[in-house]
Amino acid sequence: MLEQIAEQIPLFFGYHNVIFILQAAGRTLGMTFAGCSVGFAFGFLIAVLRQTTGPVLFLPRLLGIAYVEIFRRIPFLVILFIVLFVIEPLMPGTSLFGIATVSVCLLSTAFLSEIIRSGLESVPMQQIEGAKVLNLNGLQTLFMVILPQSWKVILPPAAAFVVMFIKDTSLASQLGVIEMTFAGEMLVNRGFSPVLGFGVVLVCYFAMSYPLSRLAIRLEKRLEAS
Amino acid sequence: MKHLEIRGLSSAYGSVRVLRDVSLDAGKGEVVSLIGPSGSGKSTLLRVLIGLTPPTAGEVSIAGEKVNYRNRRSVKAVRDRMSIVFQQYNLFQNMTVLRNVTVAPIKIKKRPRAEAEEDAMSLLERVGMAERKDAYPDELSGGQQQRVAIARALATNPEILLLDEVTSALDPERVNEVLDTIRALTSEGITMLIVSHEMAFVREVSTRIAMMDEGRIVECGSPARIFDSPTKARTRDFVSKILKH
Amino acid sequence: MDYTFQFSVVFRELPYLLGGALVTLQIAFVTFWCGAFIGVFGAVAKVYGGRFSRRVASSYVTFFTNTPALVQIFLLYYALPDAGILLSSMTAVLIGLTLNAGAYLTEILRAGVISVRRSEIDAATALGMSLLQIVVNVMLPHIARTIYAPLSNFFIWLVLGSSMAALFGVEELTGRAINISTANLRTIETFMVVAVIYVVLTVLASASLALVGRVAFRVRAKVF
Ligand SMILES: Nc1ncnc2c1ncn2[C@@H]1O[C@H](COP(=O)(O)OP(=O)(O)O)[C@@H](O)[C@H]1O
Ligand SMILES: [Mg+2]
Repeated sequence: MLEQIAEQIPLFFGYHNVIFILQAAGRTLGMTFAGCSVGFAFGFLIAVLRQTTGPVLFLPRLLGIAYVEIFRRIPFLVILFIVLFVIEPLMPGTSLFGIATVSVCLLSTAFLSEIIRSGLESVPMQQIEGAKVLNLNGLQTLFMVILPQSWKVILPPAAAFVVMFIKDTSLASQLGVIEMTFAGEMLVNRGFSPVLGFGVVLVCYFAMSYPLSRLAIRLEKRLEAS
Repeated sequence: MKHLEIRGLSSAYGSVRVLRDVSLDAGKGEVVSLIGPSGSGKSTLLRVLIGLTPPTAGEVSIAGEKVNYRNRRSVKAVRDRMSIVFQQYNLFQNMTVLRNVTVAPIKIKKRPRAEAEEDAMSLLERVGMAERKDAYPDELSGGQQQRVAIARALATNPEILLLDEVTSALDPERVNEVLDTIRALTSEGITMLIVSHEMAFVREVSTRIAMMDEGRIVECGSPARIFDSPTKARTRDFVSKILKH
Repeated sequence: MDYTFQFSVVFRELPYLLGGALVTLQIAFVTFWCGAFIGVFGAVAKVYGGRFSRRVASSYVTFFTNTPALVQIFLLYYALPDAGILLSSMTAVLIGLTLNAGAYLTEILRAGVISVRRSEIDAATALGMSLLQIVVNVMLPHIARTIYAPLSNFFIWLVLGSSMAALFGVEELTGRAINISTANLRTIETFMVVAVIYVVLTVLASASLALVGRVAFRVRAKVF
């Protein structure tokens, strides 16, 4: 087995394979970061919506809560299938990459919304009341008082969550998106040893995820210290 | 006409009635202190006045104008004329001292930055915090933070100032610097409502003192009357207990 | 779009799907407890271990938390036969998920162990408690309260994560959904019903975990 691997190494790391793997890694990162950026934006909106009071926004608030609670309780794989089969007939020609990215958005919105919400709620009530009695309005309070104080609480778990998602996008391989995992499968199907193919894929994932998880830990330590 | 008039004010948290039919008034420049055991509703009264807790009944007028606490505009107008300093966590942690003091004048009163900063500096001068204008709240002692909080409350030129136990969270040696700051304000024509457990200070600066218990004003009168010859047993009890230590 | 939803063909298969949900719970349960077993050793090694065991435990955690479980299982499933070890798909999934769970649970348990303050142990020692008494009376209750909520969340994560077993042909909830939908061609309906089952399943799991936590450890865990 080992001789076989040794034999395959020069071929495996040939120019075209390396480009192929790098492109796949790019798709993994693309899905993750596009999905998580959109998720961050919508998650932020839902989190802010949940901070509102009063009857005017009651229904949107309820929908926001329902969305977050439901989507955090459905496996990514199931969401992928649903999105695939809903989008395909509605918008034929949508790329699989696009479908997978939409799925990431749907899920990351729910999870990031929860992370942002606990960040917003970590700001003491007195700070918000202090802003109120100075006549700052809701948006001013949000942007001038609450957010500057809560990003420290939001960033570490958000970074940890993105790490999580780099790995979860591996499931998109089952749709046929040629991201890291599918690239590995294809190479193995072409006759490369599974140890070599999947081993290199694991190393690539590690290289993408490890720096970010270090960052998450560093942020958390800094937060604890301050 | 009294500057601040409170008539039959009631308030509740859920079904728990916290203020019951409170009536109190204060003339322009008067310093009225609220004393009473903890849980008697002193903070709630101030919170209702500044529009943080809704009243369930009664009315409040400022200089003859009735306040409608259900109307945003009216509440905004109240907060324009009235400032409050809380027991703690007053200052915005993400802003420097100077920014804390200028944020409302610049963002709300739309005053030019330079002018607002100039005024803020003279306020900080008055509370003895001018040198620390670039410090963040967590770099200051509790007493220093409260002095800045007072400066911030004054920055909007309030006619009425509410102070809710502003020295209660401080180390004993820090109490006096804050009390000195307040004392200096009492002669400036600002109507003040002070909640405090510093009895000597209350006696010295107040024109009138109201004793609260279980959401009611039990007794109200001059410092001498409340401290030396209270008519109600509840007041006598409270005063003698608190003066003992 | 003139698509008409037809749920009746899916509802006919509800017992079959619920059977799959049971398998899902079993996978989550087995991997959770096996993972917890690994996690105890990992946490103890990381906190109290010597240099070597600390290194081993950290490398293990770092590797498994930074690579996808799916690829780890691929490696187990496709590479081990080359070395002469044939795993059934279920076994490969169970081993893969367990190793993953072990890594995450190591971290959760470690956070619990280090949450016990030195001063509390000192106080207990000063009261003349034995080591066993300290562990049982001081450390364990404290650890239980710190880690209960993260543990509950992780169990939910395992329930959802076990869906990847479907990709290896294991007939748990998602696997059975794939089976049904390839037969009835009502993929959207099937997966929507399955999504609802997952939501109900995890809400029930969170609720019962919160109840157990409240009764047994006096933890005020939130269901939502
Ligand atoms: N947010 C709240 N929710 C429910 N009850 C409250 C709340 N704030 C205060 N209370 C209750 O209202 C009563 C009056 O409180 P407060 O006005 O703070 O009294 P004081 O300032 O005189 O100590 C107390 O019994 C207190 O428990
Ligand atoms: Mg109070």
